[in-house]
Amino acid sequence: MTMQKKKTIFTTVVLAALLAACVIVDLTLPSFHIAVTVIKKATVYALVAASMNLLNGFTGLFSLGQAGFMLLGAYAYGVLTIPVAKRASVYQYFDGGAIQFSLPEIFAGFLGDGVGGVVGMLAALLVGGILAALMAYLIGLPVLRLKSDYLAIATLGFAEILRAFFQWNALGPITNGSNLLKSYPTFSKATPYVVLAGVMIAVILLLINSTYGRAFKAIRDDEVAAEAMGINLARHKRLAFVISSFFAGIGGGMMAMYMGTIAAAPFKSSLTYEILLIVVIGGIGSISGSVIASFLYIFSSEWLLRGLDSGEFLGISAPGLFKNGFRMAVFSVIIMVIVLFFRRGIMGDKELPDLLDRRERKHKKEAAGK
Amino acid sequence: MQEMFPYFLNGISVGGQYALIAIGYTLVYGILRLINFAHGDVFMVAGLVMVYATASMPFYIALPLVVLATVVLGFLIERVAYKPLRSAPRMSLMISAIGVSYLIQNMAFYITGGVPQPVSNPIPWISENVTILGASTKRVTIITPILTILLVVALVYLINHTKIGMAMRAAAKDFETAQLMGIKINKVISMTFIIGSFLAAVGSMLYFTNYPSVAITSGGMPGLKAFVAAVFGGIGSIPGAVVGAFIIGLCEEVIKGLGYTTFSDAFTFALLIVVLCVKPTGLFGEKVTDKV
Repeated sequence: MTMQKKKTIFTTVVLAALLAACVIVDLTLPSFHIAVTVIKKATVYALVAASMNLLNGFTGLFSLGQAGFMLLGAYAYGVLTIPVAKRASVYQYFDGGAIQFSLPEIFAGFLGDGVGGVVGMLAALLVGGILAALMAYLIGLPVLRLKSDYLAIATLGFAEILRAFFQWNALGPITNGSNLLKSYPTFSKATPYVVLAGVMIAVILLLINSTYGRAFKAIRDDEVAAEAMGINLARHKRLAFVISSFFAGIGGGMMAMYMGTIAAAPFKSSLTYEILLIVVIGGIGSISGSVIASFLYIFSSEWLLRGLDSGEFLGISAPGLFKNGFRMAVFSVIIMVIVLFFRRGIMGDKELPDLLDRRERKHKKEAAGK
Repeated sequence: MQEMFPYFLNGISVGGQYALIAIGYTLVYGILRLINFAHGDVFMVAGLVMVYATASMPFYIALPLVVLATVVLGFLIERVAYKPLRSAPRMSLMISAIGVSYLIQNMAFYITGGVPQPVSNPIPWISENVTILGASTKRVTIITPILTILLVVALVYLINHTKIGMAMRAAAKDFETAQLMGIKINKVISMTFIIGSFLAAVGSMLYFTNYPSVAITSGGMPGLKAFVAAVFGGIGSIPGAVVGAFIIGLCEEVIKGLGYTTFSDAFTFALLIVVLCVKPTGLFGEKVTDKV
């Protein structure tokens, strides 16, 4: 059996097992169970981390605007899916808001309640992604000419400007100003999240393995050499930025679904930092690393280490030490250790199926030794 | 004009506080080419220490203690988080800086319990009200710009006329050659962080006497704005950072005075992007050429 075939089988088996596990969790546990919450949040983070990795890890553009694009996606999703009947109560300070339609209801009109609702929600996610991509195109025009840390700070600045705009009262009829958006439809089960994010991440992976992906990597490794090989720098950078933002926008929409309410406040630069640190833990330049790191991060912060915040952990009871916030303090120390001493993260720049390679080589070495 | 006057006063004062933070950014960037994302959090920690210290001891002991604690923190950050990465790519260094900022915020959250710590008249004399040209304001508003200018003059003297200042200039010009000339680069870098943290501590004490409370995120915005000021003035240049900070402080307060409070933050970032696109080297920055 060739290596390639082995890898394909391995990947299929892993993915099928994960999906099956998720379906089983959904069938056996109620939707408010912590396991379901963890899966939902982790898939959202995995998608956003993968999109950030595409830009920071594969194209070498150090952008910190992720939170801004997520904000766009989240608001687009909320604004387009709140049922018309509930708009009056959500937009109570803005006379029911300016938009008087809801995508799920429009699609439900001719596709039936069940299918139409889902199609409408997906369409709203897509609109969010497209808006984020458009915004990225516009922002990219001036910003992508900048290098490394200037680019980082400019994208960070744009994200903050966006956040200020969304809280502006004059835009209230659409964004509800600084009030919450709520009452929009969400998926209560975990499987839709996993399938959605899975498909998106698969698209990112396909892109990375295409000619475009190779061009991105060439730009990352050496801009001048890449340009000499005939790669159009400006075009490819813009492409990477727009695509990454598109997925960040969709991730933002899914985040809105997961959270149940939308406000501009959670989309601060600290959200970007959190995702960046996940990417680093997983390995800059490894999509499967980002996914694994997201699950590890969310699993331990939401579930495993909960005890550190509430007084009891691993059977040790120390309410004085294990008080609110200790979990994140421990967590950030671990992150610093990874950043300083294990700079390659969990996966380095390898993907999950590549792990098979190493075993193969070891076997060969052993055979040669005999 | 008369109703705008208090905003001008405030603007100059805020500008002075930004200037004190911005110098920390500009010094570190000049030598390490690193945006020290943790600098804003160092500023916040100074505020927290001030709240705790002034609550339990007289201010003439508490204030030097705040300065000392902040300087030690800045020194430790450099030694622990940046020194091991001296030969690593710049991206790792920046990630480490973000990690430190995350760490400090989480630690502060743990210690304060996530509750903003109220600031209650920490330094007696300077938070009293005075009236200038019909505008009532706190004494700190007047003191800040004066103190800032004095500190900046002292710093410029230090950099231009002392041995360590010369070493700092050399390191900023060419890191490797400076090392070859026998400059102890680690000492110089530590010194930069110490100076930066010292100024941030002074800035923090002035800044937070004007505010009702210190929250764990209160360092973020002033930090970022000070950074913008440093870029605007030309990163690496001390007069640039100071001028940039005063301009930004003034503009922000004037925008608030005109009734667009939501956009006072956005303005700063818009300015940043315009500057980066039109004149990336800033007002006083040196021109850099790309080498392959």
